[in-house]
Amino acid sequence: MRRWDFLEAASRRTEFWAGVRVELPLLLGVLPFGLVYGLLGLQAGLPAWAVVAMSSVVFGGASQVVFAQLWGAQVPPSLIVGTVGVVNLRHALYSASVAVLLRELPLRWKLLLAYLLTDEAYMAAVGRLSVGPQGPLRHWFLFGTGITLWLTWQLATLGGVLAGAVIPAAWSLDFSIALTFIALLVPGLRRRSELLAVLVAGVTALAAQALPFKLWIVLAAAAGMTAGMLARRWDTKGRA
Amino acid sequence: MNEHWVLGLSMLAGGLLTFATRAIFLLGGERFSLGPNFRAMLVYVPPAVLAALIAPEIFVRNGDLILSVENPRLWAALVAVLVALITRSVLATIALGLAVLWGIQFI
Repeated sequence: MRRWDFLEAASRRTEFWAGVRVELPLLLGVLPFGLVYGLLGLQAGLPAWAVVAMSSVVFGGASQVVFAQLWGAQVPPSLIVGTVGVVNLRHALYSASVAVLLRELPLRWKLLLAYLLTDEAYMAAVGRLSVGPQGPLRHWFLFGTGITLWLTWQLATLGGVLAGAVIPAAWSLDFSIALTFIALLVPGLRRRSELLAVLVAGVTALAAQALPFKLWIVLAAAAGMTAGMLARRWDTKGRA
Repeated sequence: MNEHWVLGLSMLAGGLLTFATRAIFLLGGERFSLGPNFRAMLVYVPPAVLAALIAPEIFVRNGDLILSVENPRLWAALVAVLVALITRSVLATIALGLAVLWGIQFI
């Protein structure tokens, strides 16, 4: 039996809870990152209400940390907003990917899922959506991963604002998000072209660090995707 | 304008921009013609984006590139990769990765 076969003709509740279950282990990495953001936000000089509100208004961990840092450094607001936009530009890729996988959804669902479309929600759901059963209620799976992450992020932010001051920087809790991404990346790698995409994207991200507004994120992603595309023909045949 | 207003409006603008980025293809899917090459490329979104986000977390500290083997994050990441390959468990990957990082730092 393949991994997602149990979702054949699944109810919305089954899809939803399956999404929640896939998201749960990721929270071990997301929770500490939320705490770190709450702490950094206060340290950067943001009022507590803004640190907490930003988690639902912007709802993008890395971009919120960047916002707080730039605000603390008294960078003009227009530049801060622009940087947040560039840091989150990668979500357009998720949007395109999900649009292909969930094309028949009504508008209100598209709006809701767009709001909840974060790194961890998308990465946790994309496998099920692309190779799992194509039932009409499969968007509930993405809703399950998305809302679980949203709730956790709000709670972790609150925790960081309330208790962040007692977390020593030496704990390196900020690294938990990189470990989360490793946990999402490694088991999914199947093909040589994907491995090449990883190498090219990683090296490009390091080489392009000097670019302003964190443009290296999008540049590295584009370079990796292009490399993967070009290397497609060397993938072993017969593997999905 | 009061600083709190500027802050609130900046957050709102950043939030709207982020939402627009997340919504653009979902809402405009019909209008953008997504050709077969574009679709094939989307397969590489997860590995490419994740790698782009991971690499600097390991190798860049305070704006400097660190390519030394004395970088504790490098070892934590390597252990995490191995654990992910062997167990395919998200929980084990994050937990052991953090344990190695702490282990090295507190020695």
